[in-house]
Amino acid sequence: MKITHLILCALLLSITAKADWLNFRGPSASGYNPDATGTPSELSDATLAWKVSLPGRGLGSAIIVGDKVFVTAASGPDQKQLHVLCFGAADGSPIWERRFWATGRTMSHKKTCVAAPTPASDGERVYAFYSSNDVVCLDLKGNLMWLRGLTLDYPNASNSLGMSSSPLVVGNTLVVQVENDSESFAAGLDKISGINKWKLDRPKAANWTSPTTLNINGEEIVALQSSKGVLGVLPDTGSRIFNFEGGAATIPSSASAGDSLYIPSGGLTAITVKTDGSETVKHWNESAQRPGTPSPLVINDKVFIINNAGVLNCANRQTGERLWRIRLERSDKSATPTGSFSGSPVAGAEGFIYLFSEAGVGLVVDVSGDEGEIVSEIELGETILSTASLDNGAVYIRSDRHLWKFGK
Amino acid sequence: MLPPNMKHFLFLATSLAVTVLPTANLHAKVWTAPLDQIAKVGPEGAGNAEAAEAWAELTGQGSEIIIPVLEAMESAGPLARNWMRSAVETVFEKDLAASADLPTDALKIFLLDRNNEPNARRLAFDLYHRVTPNEADAIVPGFIDDPSPGLRREAVARLIDEGQNLLNQERKEESITTLTSALEAAREVDQIDEIAKLLREKLDQKVDLPRQFGFLMYWDLIAPFDNTDRGGFDLAYPPEESIDLNGSYPGKEGKEISWQAHSTSDDYGMVDFNKPFSPLKQVVGYAYTEFNSIKARSAQLRLGCKNAWKIWLNGELVFGRDEYHRGIRIDQYILPVHLDEGKNTLLVKACQNEQEQDWTVQWQFQLRVTDETGTAILSTDRKPTPDATEPARRRGE
Repeated sequence: MKITHLILCALLLSITAKADWLNFRGPSASGYNPDATGTPSELSDATLAWKVSLPGRGLGSAIIVGDKVFVTAASGPDQKQLHVLCFGAADGSPIWERRFWATGRTMSHKKTCVAAPTPASDGERVYAFYSSNDVVCLDLKGNLMWLRGLTLDYPNASNSLGMSSSPLVVGNTLVVQVENDSESFAAGLDKISGINKWKLDRPKAANWTSPTTLNINGEEIVALQSSKGVLGVLPDTGSRIFNFEGGAATIPSSASAGDSLYIPSGGLTAITVKTDGSETVKHWNESAQRPGTPSPLVINDKVFIINNAGVLNCANRQTGERLWRIRLERSDKSATPTGSFSGSPVAGAEGFIYLFSEAGVGLVVDVSGDEGEIVSEIELGETILSTASLDNGAVYIRSDRHLWKFGK
Repeated sequence: MLPPNMKHFLFLATSLAVTVLPTANLHAKVWTAPLDQIAKVGPEGAGNAEAAEAWAELTGQGSEIIIPVLEAMESAGPLARNWMRSAVETVFEKDLAASADLPTDALKIFLLDRNNEPNARRLAFDLYHRVTPNEADAIVPGFIDDPSPGLRREAVARLIDEGQNLLNQERKEESITTLTSALEAAREVDQIDEIAKLLREKLDQKVDLPRQFGFLMYWDLIAPFDNTDRGGFDLAYPPEESIDLNGSYPGKEGKEISWQAHSTSDDYGMVDFNKPFSPLKQVVGYAYTEFNSIKARSAQLRLGCKNAWKIWLNGELVFGRDEYHRGIRIDQYILPVHLDEGKNTLLVKACQNEQEQDWTVQWQFQLRVTDETGTAILSTDRKPTPDATEPARRRGE
């Protein structure tokens, strides 16, 4: 009887010990998943689980849902072929691929691409979003659930430089930011049918940030960042909960921790939303903590940013006081320089931050001690603009041409 | 009186007809109803739930649905076409994996029929290629004058390779002939550019790119009107009311301005307001031209512009966009229009804003007229592409 009980407990633990990474930057779209255990301390040929080829171009991160990995791409002369690809997480075996024609504009700066947003999932469906403002919903078996062509619906919703805001599923709503100089909006789409639940006019300014969520009084609130600041809304209705009007960056997104938000605003600004949701309280602002392209990251009581000089700063989350900083550079100065970073840092439970530079250099930084320490480096030999994704025991990263899995 | 055998035969024949005919009808409806449902998808997600059910119904069938669904793309909108494409590919992959029979011959017939929808034909070719790559490759040269841009591109790519190979072998005359054929057939910007570069730089040939593309090279311009705080985009200055090429109007800061002839010799038809008016900020300029069409027809205006812009055809606003300095490229905006037989008037409004960075100096646009395949439609009275040394001329001169 005791043995049976033990076996049942073990089974239950193994079933519940999932660490899905369901959207850009994982839980709360903030880059830290305390449930992602066993992620490798080393990125190397020895820890490479598999590597698969991808079509065309793409910089959206992979997402992991159960035993499947999903990634998007766009191919063809003008990247008008949109792809959603599904691979087995265990061995990278291709499971299915779906293709669609872009219905919106596919023009973008040559650095970015049409498959720039990371897809999202609610655990049952995958929502792929593209710079062409096409939204595709498929179930995990690749059955088509719904389509939206947001530029068909709103003809001036586009950005000639390309758009990259990633979608986010919050409750029953898929939140999309389609913010640009002209027809600029954010919308909540019914995740089952794709129909608008709400649509908000947004500042007419290009914006490449992605929504995050805060937990306020047990309720998830969506934070929509723009050059004006951050608007907090209820995911189901788009109703306003709070409005931080101190301005914000339009490339690095915010990071949340509970009811606090760390906003790339005037450097970095920490706010908390009051429990009744009516106001924001600014706790601190550090102008010297200015994120570059990568978004900030909060791990427990610390907040991390990577600035434009390629320096990783660690600060006290409560006060903003800098604790330490390290230059993200190679130990071997003759090796390919790290260069600049487009992808954002992410972390799991092991105290390692994973980041990949545009030059294709991957770094593992141990931040569990009093100072950060680069403990592993790898050269992938391809431009990496994407952000890593984590799962139990694994790190996933993609370039245009390949998707890698490190770990088990 | 019928003999017993004949009676028996007639009985059997009638029974068979009674059994088969309704079944044949039922079989025909297996894809008809789902396709009708999918075709109804509309704006803002309308019809999605029903389309998903219809999609599931279609993809539960076998490859017998492939050709009917490809055919249905002819009258489908872009969203519905994506639903249909996905259904076709899902069924195809399923049957391919199961080593089931695929309608290979029917795919070939479908893709070779130039009356079929261009995207559907390209999809059919991709599927055909999956099953019989050698046979599919063999028919590519026949696409050189195909109305489907996706198919034509394959044939043009072959000719480019051929031309490059001949050049590498120093067979220059043959290379020129091959690349000239490729240029005549090419419709996509990257291929046209590639061919032109080879002909000009390696083979010393002249290439009239503006004519190839169909860029409009002769304009009348008037500027500057005011665009302080970007307000000029919404203000209707006199050219938006009527065109009088001999007229004068109060421009920015009250200065009198009038139309002036302008032509461009730029390979990509760039009309640069900064040239006649000098780099200015917070201003609006208008460009006017006329286009003679041999017949009334559908066409596309293909615009490239990094300033805020509006465009009118025959006095009707076609579209406008208030985005500044996010980049420019050929065919940045593709606007379906209808040309009248004979004279058509075109008015472009280009707004320059207040930004001071060096990458915000440009105040310019490029415009070409094509059919839906990207083939240039030329004005019946198109003048030769201006030479760089010639003074600006009005279009009638």
